[in-house]
Amino acid sequence: MAKIIDVTNLNYRYPQQTEHPALKDVNFSVDQGEWVAIIGHNGSGKSTLAKSIDGLLPIGEGDSGTIKVGGITLTEDSVWDIRKKIGMVFQNPDNQFVGATVEDDVAFGLENHGMPREEMVTRVHEALKRVRMLEFAKREPARLSGGQKQRVAIAGVIAQQPDIIILDEATSMLDPEGRVEVLEIVRKLKEEENMTVLSITHDIDETENANRIIVLDDGQLQESGTPEKIFAYGNRLIAMGLDVPYAERLRTALRKRGTIVPAQYLNEEGMVDWLWTSHLKM
Amino acid sequence: MSNKLLLGRFIPGDSIVHRLDPRVKLLMSFYFVGIIFLADNWQTYLFLFLFTMVAILLTKIKLGFFIKGVRPLIWLILFTVLLQMLFSSGGTVYWSWGPIVISSYGVVNGIYIFMRFVLIIFMSTLLTLTTPPLSLADAIESLLKPLKVIHFPVYEVALMLSIALRFVPTLMDETEKIMNAQRARGVDFGEGNIFQQMRAIVPLLIPLFVSSFNRAEDLATAMEARGYQGGEGRSKYRVLSWQLADNLTILAFALVTVVLVILR
Repeated sequence: MAKIIDVTNLNYRYPQQTEHPALKDVNFSVDQGEWVAIIGHNGSGKSTLAKSIDGLLPIGEGDSGTIKVGGITLTEDSVWDIRKKIGMVFQNPDNQFVGATVEDDVAFGLENHGMPREEMVTRVHEALKRVRMLEFAKREPARLSGGQKQRVAIAGVIAQQPDIIILDEATSMLDPEGRVEVLEIVRKLKEEENMTVLSITHDIDETENANRIIVLDDGQLQESGTPEKIFAYGNRLIAMGLDVPYAERLRTALRKRGTIVPAQYLNEEGMVDWLWTSHLKM
Repeated sequence: MSNKLLLGRFIPGDSIVHRLDPRVKLLMSFYFVGIIFLADNWQTYLFLFLFTMVAILLTKIKLGFFIKGVRPLIWLILFTVLLQMLFSSGGTVYWSWGPIVISSYGVVNGIYIFMRFVLIIFMSTLLTLTTPPLSLADAIESLLKPLKVIHFPVYEVALMLSIALRFVPTLMDETEKIMNAQRARGVDFGEGNIFQQMRAIVPLLIPLFVSSFNRAEDLATAMEARGYQGGEGRSKYRVLSWQLADNLTILAFALVTVVLVILR
């Protein structure tokens, strides 16, 4: 599989806080079509990592490392080519809504690339249909819910037809239904278009769709592996300021009560299976 | 709060006036303010009044909305009319007391000024009621385009205008939220003397400013991530289209001007 994102020895400091680096020697790569979740508590450098991949951070003296996206090395000249390959959805749905109506917002990225109008109209239509927001095309953002605004943000990304979607805590300000809806749309998109998804979150339940989880702590890459492997760490995750999924919490609670539980992590479905089979044995 | 705003008073509809190009509507509203000064006798005023009424009928919007537009300015209008009536002399004098004179000339002038005010407000209300703010922003951008010759940043101004319009309701909501949050902590808005009232505004204004800065930063990042590199080389999703009705509107206004000059 081709590596679509390749980060080597990335170091980053914010200009205001020179003594404390935001990222320390980060190395990782993402394959084409993979869903990678980056988790970590507040201030662990997740968002910094996402923004640096898109070339959105000012580079200072002490910063080093190379970022390659789709074979192109990120430099001042190539940054706009790289941004064409990446669609980003940010945290606050209100603050990233540029257009005065839904369709204007979806078209914004296309306008920036100077696309002819006829093509824009079809692309905007298609993108809104995919996120089921077509009937809202003429609405103003003030009349939409948070989840709907994030769906519009995703439509804006789809319209640009990028290879990679980066979700920078895109669901953290949504209610549970809105979050499920947004993640479902992204999951479908990944399956149908073989898109690469990089989702950044501190919500552990959001990582269930991921092929791989990367744990970031204090700017350093701590762990990398499948969800089963990462979640089995249990208490170590909690010590890092993270949480474990519900099924894992149940497993720990059962063990504390003296029940013999399977040694490895089970997802919710596996947990249900194990529960009813063990009930039969009793 | 937002219902007091002039900007938010657009009434969606599908009349002939709604479908006109916003550029025409904007230009003709300004033009109307200009030609209204041509009117100087009762025939011309009557003619302009009838013309305005026909325009209002064409919008298919109830007259009540237009009268509502006059209401906030009614005291200013009455004050001006009263000054005009009391202090202009000439013609038959009905009543006088020192420098204050009520004469036939003053009364007629007062009525003209009243008419002038009401007609201008009706016309500008017609513009805002039938044109979405966004179309107005588009119209302004399109009309400013010739200024590019003198390096006036037309795209940038248009972008700022449309972002400002888009954030008006968002900031309104936020203001309301901060006000309620500060009220819950014991701040009294709109009470006490003027200094106390001004002091109460500070805990509203500062958070609002700070959050606007954060918003601007987030928005700028999001725009950059979506490939915004400035106004050059961008295409446009929304286009304005000039139609036959727009030409006819301009013709109608030209005719009105001619009739006014004849009736004068």
